[in-house]
Amino acid sequence: MIRIKNLHKKFGQLHVLRGIDAHIKEKEVVVIIGPSGSGKSTFLRCINYLEEPTEGEIVVNGIPLNNASNINQVRMEVGMVFQRFNLFPHLTVMQNICLAPMKVRKLSAAEAEKKAHELLAKVGLSDKAYNYPDQLSGGQQQRVAIARALAMHPQIMLFDEPTSALDPEMIKEVLEVMKNLAYEGMTMAVVTHEMGFAREVGDRVIFMDEGRIVEEGTPDQIFSQAQEERTKSFLSKIL
Amino acid sequence: MDFDFELIANSFPLLLAGAGITLRITVISVGLGLFIGMFVGIARLIKFWPVRFIARVYVDFIRGTPLLVQIFIIYFALPVIFKQRIDPFIAAIAACSINSGAYIAEIFRAGIQSIDKGQTEAGRSLGMSWVQTMRYIILPQAFKRIIPPLGNEFIAMLKDSSLVSVIGFEELTRRGQLIIARTYASFDIWITVAIIYLVMTLTISRFVDFLERRFKIDDKN
Repeated sequence: MIRIKNLHKKFGQLHVLRGIDAHIKEKEVVVIIGPSGSGKSTFLRCINYLEEPTEGEIVVNGIPLNNASNINQVRMEVGMVFQRFNLFPHLTVMQNICLAPMKVRKLSAAEAEKKAHELLAKVGLSDKAYNYPDQLSGGQQQRVAIARALAMHPQIMLFDEPTSALDPEMIKEVLEVMKNLAYEGMTMAVVTHEMGFAREVGDRVIFMDEGRIVEEGTPDQIFSQAQEERTKSFLSKIL
Repeated sequence: MDFDFELIANSFPLLLAGAGITLRITVISVGLGLFIGMFVGIARLIKFWPVRFIARVYVDFIRGTPLLVQIFIIYFALPVIFKQRIDPFIAAIAACSINSGAYIAEIFRAGIQSIDKGQTEAGRSLGMSWVQTMRYIILPQAFKRIIPPLGNEFIAMLKDSSLVSVIGFEELTRRGQLIIARTYASFDIWITVAIIYLVMTLTISRFVDFLERRFKIDDKN
């Protein structure tokens, strides 16, 4: 579904990604872990071209990412959830969710709102449809952000440290929503520090360090029988 | 020194009408300036460098030269090239809106840049185009933030519009000059003119404060 070949990204002198080869299959949940600065967020952001790769090839659903129209086409199919939610503060929850489906997918207001109500029910926020983002808790905002991304009917969801900006008691409600999404068969790539989630929901875990994929495998292979020293030392610090 | 109240009373309708014209030229110029400023402000942030460069040259040229000289260029210099006289009203509006546009462009640029980058990323990641993201997400938020500086620009323009009196355009300052030419009551008339300007600027700044408060409350809802 997503195929990445020899991906490099430099920010000026800083060589953040040093040749990533990876693929994500349909309905697969891939969890990307690694120390901060290892390039895992940059990697994720390259998949929908929020960062422009310096070198390499990304093909999403058979569409190569190389020109502007391809990029918008791919972004319609790839939902993204950000660490800091990035809800639109001047719009209600309902408007946040309906904006892109109406402007990009050209749904009517009625269709978009119907869909939005379904999605809000799914993330457990039916009663917040007409609130503004700053009236919601962090966990609620992140659940709205997930609903907003899902409203575009994406085939893949990218999660960039979705629980890192949350108070501990709100992490669970967001992970719950993500878990359900995974069980429904959504294809997902998740950058996270939540090892419990990685173990329970992940089909495959990728460990990154210094801009490279050091090791990948099933959660069991990575968490219990890591081969690489760097993987072991990282895991020993956080588990 | 005696203040000639009778003269003031007699001149007042003329001066007030002049104030009306001052207000009109300011509203039209800042209105057009908003339009120019929005596009130039956005142009300054565009990736394609020639567009950015042209916008930059415009802003630098206008902000780096006096409005008075700009008025002279439009009213006296351009007609030499085009061999066609320009109506003082048109020249005044053109000079003031082109001037205002450059300052408002900088206000817009700063306003847009003050919006968190995550907002653009969220919009773009949903498949919205750059233009859609600008229009539905960035500009509505930027507008609210730039109301106070726009208010300041309006007040500055209201005062600076007195410069168009030099091309004989009869706004408030020019009216004052003409009355003084007739009556020699320099002190009385200039004080009165100043007070009329002051009343206008204070009223506007109160109004801007009100708008700012209202939008702040809106933000919270």
